[in-house]
This record gives sequence, structure tokens and C-alpha cells, in this order.
Amino acid sequence: MMLAGMICILLLGGILCWLLAKWSVVLSKWMALLAVVIDFVIVCYWCLQYKNVSPAGGSWFINYRVNWIPSSGISFHVAMDGLSLVLLLLTFFLGILSVLCSWNEIKEKTGFYFFNLLWTLAGISGVFVAMDLFLFYFFWEVMLVPMYFLIAIWGDTNRRYAAFKFFIFTQAGGLLMLLAILALYFIHGRQSGIYSFDYFSLLNTSVEPSASKWIMFGFLIAFVIKLPVVPFHNWLPDAHSEAPTAGSLVLAGLLLKTGAYGIIRFVLTLFPQAAAEIAWWAQLFAVIGIVYGALLAFAQTDIKRLIAYTSVSHMGFVLLGIFAFREMALQGVVMQMLTHGISTGALFVMAGMLKERLHTRDIGLMGGLWTSLPVMGGVFMLFTMASLGLPMLGNFIAEFLILLGTFSANISFSVIASIGLVLSALYSLRMMQKVFLGQMTTAMPLKKSSVREQLIMAAMTISIVALGLYPQPVMDMVKTVVQQLVVRA
Amino acid sequence: MVVILLIAFRQKHTVIQVVGFVLMCMVIAALLKVKAILPVSILPLFQIDGFALLFTGLIIFCVLIVGLFSFIYFEEREESPKEYYILLFLATLGAAMLTISRHFISLFIGLELLSVSLYALIAYLRNRNNAVEAGMKYLVLAALSSAFLLFGMALIYMDTGTMEFTAIAQKISSSSVRSVLFITGAGIMIVAIGFKLALVPFHLWAADVYQGAPTPVTAFIATVSKIGVFAVLVRFAQTINLQQYPQAMTVFSVIAIASMIMGNLLALRQQNIKRLLAYSSIAHFGYLLVAFLPGNATGMEASIFYLLSYSITLLSAFGIVILLSTRQKDAEDLTIYRGLFWKNPLMAAVLTIALFSLAGIPLTAGFPAKFFVLSSGVQQHLWVPVIVLVVTSVIGLYYYLRVISVLFAAAGSTEIKEKTLHPFFYIATYSTLVVLMFLLCLLGTLPGGVVEGVREFLLIH
Repeated sequence: MMLAGMICILLLGGILCWLLAKWSVVLSKWMALLAVVIDFVIVCYWCLQYKNVSPAGGSWFINYRVNWIPSSGISFHVAMDGLSLVLLLLTFFLGILSVLCSWNEIKEKTGFYFFNLLWTLAGISGVFVAMDLFLFYFFWEVMLVPMYFLIAIWGDTNRRYAAFKFFIFTQAGGLLMLLAILALYFIHGRQSGIYSFDYFSLLNTSVEPSASKWIMFGFLIAFVIKLPVVPFHNWLPDAHSEAPTAGSLVLAGLLLKTGAYGIIRFVLTLFPQAAAEIAWWAQLFAVIGIVYGALLAFAQTDIKRLIAYTSVSHMGFVLLGIFAFREMALQGVVMQMLTHGISTGALFVMAGMLKERLHTRDIGLMGGLWTSLPVMGGVFMLFTMASLGLPMLGNFIAEFLILLGTFSANISFSVIASIGLVLSALYSLRMMQKVFLGQMTTAMPLKKSSVREQLIMAAMTISIVALGLYPQPVMDMVKTVVQQLVVRA
Repeated sequence: MVVILLIAFRQKHTVIQVVGFVLMCMVIAALLKVKAILPVSILPLFQIDGFALLFTGLIIFCVLIVGLFSFIYFEEREESPKEYYILLFLATLGAAMLTISRHFISLFIGLELLSVSLYALIAYLRNRNNAVEAGMKYLVLAALSSAFLLFGMALIYMDTGTMEFTAIAQKISSSSVRSVLFITGAGIMIVAIGFKLALVPFHLWAADVYQGAPTPVTAFIATVSKIGVFAVLVRFAQTINLQQYPQAMTVFSVIAIASMIMGNLLALRQQNIKRLLAYSSIAHFGYLLVAFLPGNATGMEASIFYLLSYSITLLSAFGIVILLSTRQKDAEDLTIYRGLFWKNPLMAAVLTIALFSLAGIPLTAGFPAKFFVLSSGVQQHLWVPVIVLVVTSVIGLYYYLRVISVLFAAAGSTEIKEKTLHPFFYIATYSTLVVLMFLLCLLGTLPGGVVEGVREFLLIH
């Protein structure tokens, strides 16, 4: 019940924000912050509650189901296990930060902005807990529409084009996934006589290999567009660079993870043989993504586009780890999802802060900013190192585990992926050098970071260092899930 | 039973409006009461069963709203448009007759009643250039299609010796060889049906007529006339078990695929919202045919739900166009809508929800509708139409998004004229639109109740 409540708090909070904005904009901002903080507290409470509990009924901590459209076998079924819990924690943590970082940035129609932000977060958290395929698709789409508005209304100069691309790419994938869901529904119904969209009942469907491959592709294409994997990544640089800061934060930090979550939760479990068959190809595309993303990131002059391409590269690691089918690699994948969310999110937040002060995203026009913005410089350095994969920071653990896991599955791919690590050093250091170090290009005095901004940066720094030094709690939380996945394969 | 009252002349516009509205509400109430005594057959022409009741109810609901919209639209352009209402109700009678017909004669009478009234309705505002052109176009093409229809009916009559649907079904099933006459007749009748439903390749009239007609009449054509014709098509197909014949199904599949593709492609470059909605209607009826193809109960429920959500959506969209129309021009050009969200958020919200529903985004009625259509298609393994549906939906998304992004663009310079002439009706129209918007969202999140109701009605026969 609380799961549904958690989503409802966000939905209601969004509506309240929109209405409150008529009287007082400040009130609506605090309302948004309140809603996200309440949900964050709830999720933290769950973390503490389920930390050392080995769940009795399988690996599901909470399981809640209520009928919705019984004539078609659709129910409102939400459940949470270790993986979902960890991702929900990330969702609300980044949610709080996104509300904070758009505090002063959004001047017009603020209420509607927070409505869209909260509804996007609601859609994302729904995706992470939905256990009924129809409901999953529903939340998948709900995630999409407010994000489209966020980009299209409050974005940068090229926002309409970017928002269009984002929507159409994702919707195309989503509709193909809907076809696959329907096909699975009917096959299951014909076999067992029960027509249901429920994940748990569909797990037991036996589908003949040829059909199962096609249905798997239907699911896979939606997640692969979201992740994104290299031929379908075209929407990402535009959407990330044109979105407002919080939009980029939510996009990079959370929306990309829904693609990875979808593959882990649905593709690997519903179609184990088919997934094992295409594993080599998936890893090939992953490695191509790692290298391609890194090379393109090196070539960018727009700071947000640069960070966007680094996301493509890092998500390639995620795909590589998923299809290695080793426990260590999957642990690495979960860590990578968390730490990439935090580190890339932080980089986007800082890019937003830079844009606010300099009114440009072009790194050629930046330089020597460390003198005027020492705090930001230091934190930016930290997150650049995180993006690189420096030990002591979270990303190192993640990438190391993924590479270790992949090495036992496929040596050549892990070697090429390691080269990707070197390339990531290239682009990260170039970014750092061009923006904060080197010759000063602008002499005008820049606004020092405010308390709010320092708070955001502190939160992110602490979390990434903590994850880098002590990742064990996360790994414990997802241990059962990961083990089940490996066993199934 | 359908009760239509012809309103005497020499009444003020307001009186006609109110009386008409009240009568329509009475009809809907009567429909619900009458459910108990069904089915009733009035041989050999009519069959009133749950199916007919559903479609008639849908038609009356649409006319109710179109009538309401007509008031503020015509108030500014004509004094006391009495003939308009007479024609509107006659057309409704024709459409309702189509839903209960089970005989070629009643089909033809209903269709002609509908068409002839529409000839005059489309060209009603005769001083505008587009209107007469649209009316002429519709007249010529509709008359041509009526001729085709009669010819087809005559051929079938010559072959089977009867014009009643059930008797025709018996005659065909008894004779194992399907005669050339019957096939030709049926094929020619498809021409007429295709014209009325604006399916490709009989769609060329749609854009011009939608644009030239007064907007409430456009709403009427888009909803009521198509609902009526679709009802009789479904009844005919069910009675003679059309879905059994693979050639017929191939023909309909091709028409469906062509409509989906052409409708969406043609709408891509439109700058005129009425033409855009016309092409989108063509595409939507292509989607609807995918639900018609299976021919089983799921397909029927899916198509009725789809028609319901489609009607509400189109009525909302045209309602906004009416509200924004001025005396000289309709609010056709997309530039008028620029930045509507900043000036009048509620109107923009209604239009946005309607466009999302047309695109099939969850949380609006269009999503479960499309979902049910897809599932009935997947169930029968109709892979090609279903994949075309998905691909064309994505194409369609582009132009719907384009209109939405215009709504949210930076505010333009055109001022919306505040209509203070008849504040009561203006507010009534406004609130109806808001109610329709909530209905769309409600259907989108909780379609179960409606689906159950539809199923219940369909069982009465």
C-alpha cells in the first residue's frame, strides 16, 4: 500500500504545486521539496527496515496488488525488491537535488514546472515498482509526457527539436514494446487459459524459441532506445543539452536507468534462452557504445553535450555487465547505475550553474574559472575524477566489478572496454582543463556559489565518496536479486 | 426508440436551443429505460437491439454536444438559424435509422436522409467562399456514392432475391459457390461505405469539406455520420459473416493500411487545424478498421470503445476551435493558437488532452482505445495491420506534438475576443469542454466500467 502511496504523494504534490503557484510561487517550491523529501524519508525507512532482513517470500520486500480492469486481466500490482529499493533511493535523492537546483532557475510558470517534475519522478518510481506489464507500460508513458513539457517549455534555444526527438524515439520504442507485451499476454492466455498481464504469472510462460526471440526484441528495443545503445542514441545529446538543469539531471540520472532496469527485470527473466543467445551481440554493441561515446565526448565543444556523450559511454558499461551473466558483473551494473546517476547528475548540475553565470555552454569560451569559482572548481574536479573511474569514488567500484565479471565471460570485450577507461580519462581531463584550468577568458566577477548550491554539491560529494569507500550495503541489498538472475541464466 | 421532434418556425434561437437540448436528454433517458423491453424487431426494416441502442446513444450524445456548440457559433453569423436545427435533427434521424436498419431499403433511406441534410448543412453559411465549394464537392461525391450503393444493392438483390440482411446471409451460406454478381455488388457497396467513412481511396473530399463547413457541422460529420455508417457496416458484416471470406478481409485490410498511412502522411504538413483533424480522422478510421477485421466480440467492444473515445476527443477539439472562432473567420490557422497556453491555460489544456488522446498517450481515453484495438488485432494474428498501426501512430505523434508545441510557444500577438454577447451559453460551452476533458482522463484511467457496460449491452440481441 505504501508503494502506491509513495507514488500518489508525488502526483498530488505536483497538482498542489500547480495550484499553489497562483498565490505564492515560493510556497509551491516548498511544496515540491516537501513532497520529494517525504518520499525520500519513506524510502530511507524501508532501507533501514529491510537492510538485514532476508526476505521470506522470495526476494520481494513489499508486494501489493489490487484489481484495475479485471476483464482484461490488468491489475495494479506493485512490488519492491532490493534492486527496486536501491533505485527508488536514487530516484528520490536525485529528486530532492533537482527541486533544489531549479529553485531560482525557473522564472515563468513555476507551478507547472514543478508539476511536470514531480509527475516525471512519479512515473519513474512507478516504472521501478510496477509488476503488471500493462501498468509498467502505463508508467513508462507517464514518465515521458511531463519530461517532454520540461524540455519543450523551459529548455534552451533548440528545445522544440530536442523535445520532439526525445518523444518520438521513446514512443516508437514504447509502442513496439506494447506489441510485444500483447503478444506475450495472448500466448500465455492460450497456454494456460488465464489472460493476465501480471509479471509473476507471465514468468512461467513457455514460448517457442522463434517467437520468443521476436517478442524479446520488442521489449529490448524500447529499453535499448532508453539506455541508450549506440545506433539508437541519437536523441540523447540533443535532449540532454537543451533541457533545463533539473531536466538533464533527471534524464541522465534516472531515465537512462529505467532502460537498464527494464532489461534486468523483464528481458533477462522472461526470455532467458533468447537473451543468452544474443548476449555476444549485445556485448558487441555495448563495447561499440563505450568507445564511440568516449571518442565523441572528446570532440565536443558544448559542455552539456560532452557530458551527454559520456553518459552513452558509461551506459555501454551497463549493457556489457548485464549480458555477461556473472554475479560480479551484475553487482557492478547496479553500482554503475547508482554512481553514474550521482556523478553525471552532479556534472550536469554544475554545467547548469556555469550556464547561469556565463550564459554559454561553449567550453571554448570558458577557461581559468578556478580562480573565480574555487568551490565549484574543486567539486568539478572531484566529479571529473569520478567519471574517470578514480579509486575511492563510486564509479571505480562499478567499472572494476563489471570488467572483472566480463573478463571471465569474454576476454576480448573486456579488453576493449578497458581501453574505454583510458578514453574516459582523455575526455574528462580535457573537459576539466578547458573549463576550470588554463587561461582566464572572462574577467568579469562571477557570483560565488550560494548556500543552496553548496548544499547540493556537498550532498553529491558525500554520497559518491561514501559509495566509493563502502559499497557493501548496496551489494548486500541486491544480492538475492542478482543471484536469482545468474541462476536463471 | 428514436424520438425526433421538428421544431416549429418563428421561434427565437435560444428557445430552439433549449428545447433541442432538453429533448436530446429525454432521448438518452428513454434509451436507458427501453433497455428492458429489448429486443424489438420491426420487420422487415428495423431491428432494435443492444447494439443499436449503444450506437444510437453515442449518436445522440454527440448531437447533444454539437447542438450546444452550434449556439454560440451561429449566434454571430445568422439571425435565428432555424433551418439549421431542423436539418441537424433530420440528419440525426437518418444516422439513428442506420443503426437500427437490417434491410437495404432502410439502410438507403437512412443514408440519404443523412446525406441530403448534410448537403445543406455544409453549405449553410453560403456567403463564405469555402462553404459553397465544400457543399458542391460533398453533393457530387455523395450523390455518386449513393448511385454506387444502389447499383450494388440491385446486384445483390438480383443474385439473392432479397434485401434483408439475415435472408441474404442464409442465401449465401446455402449456396457454396459465391456468384460474381454478389461479389461485384458487395465490392461496389464498399465504395459507398468507404466514401462515407472517408477511407482511402475515397477520402479526397474530407479535407475540403471539413474546412469549408461551419465548425459544428464539421464536428457532426466527423462523429455522427461516421458512427451511423460504421454501425450499419458492422451489422451487415456480422449478419452475413463477412469475416469468413479471406478476399473480403484482404480488401478491408488493404483499405485500413492505406488509410492509416495516407491519413498520417497527409497530415504532416498541415497548417490548418480543421484539415489536420480531417486527415487524422481518416487515419483513425483506419485504426478502427483493424478492430473491425477480427469480427469477434473483442473486436466489437474495442471498436465501440474506440468510437466513444474518438467522438469525445473530436468534440473537444472542435469545441475549442468554435470557441476561438470569430465572426469573419474560423479559428483554422495554427498561428492563432500560438501561445494559447499562456493566455488561456484551460482552453489549451482541453486541446492538449484531446490531442494526446488522438495520439494514444496513457492517462487519456485514446490509450485504452488503441490498446483494445491492438489486442484484438494481435489476438487474431493480424500482424501487418497491427505493425502498420504502431508505425503510423508514431508518425501521427509528430503532427500532434507540433500543434501542442505551438500552443506552448511564446505568446503571439493575436487577441482572443471575449464573447460577452451570450455569457450563459459561452460558459455552458466552456464547462462542457472541461467536463469532456475530465471524461477523457477518466476513461483513460478507469475504462473498465465502460467496457463492462458495453459488453452488457451487446449481449441483448
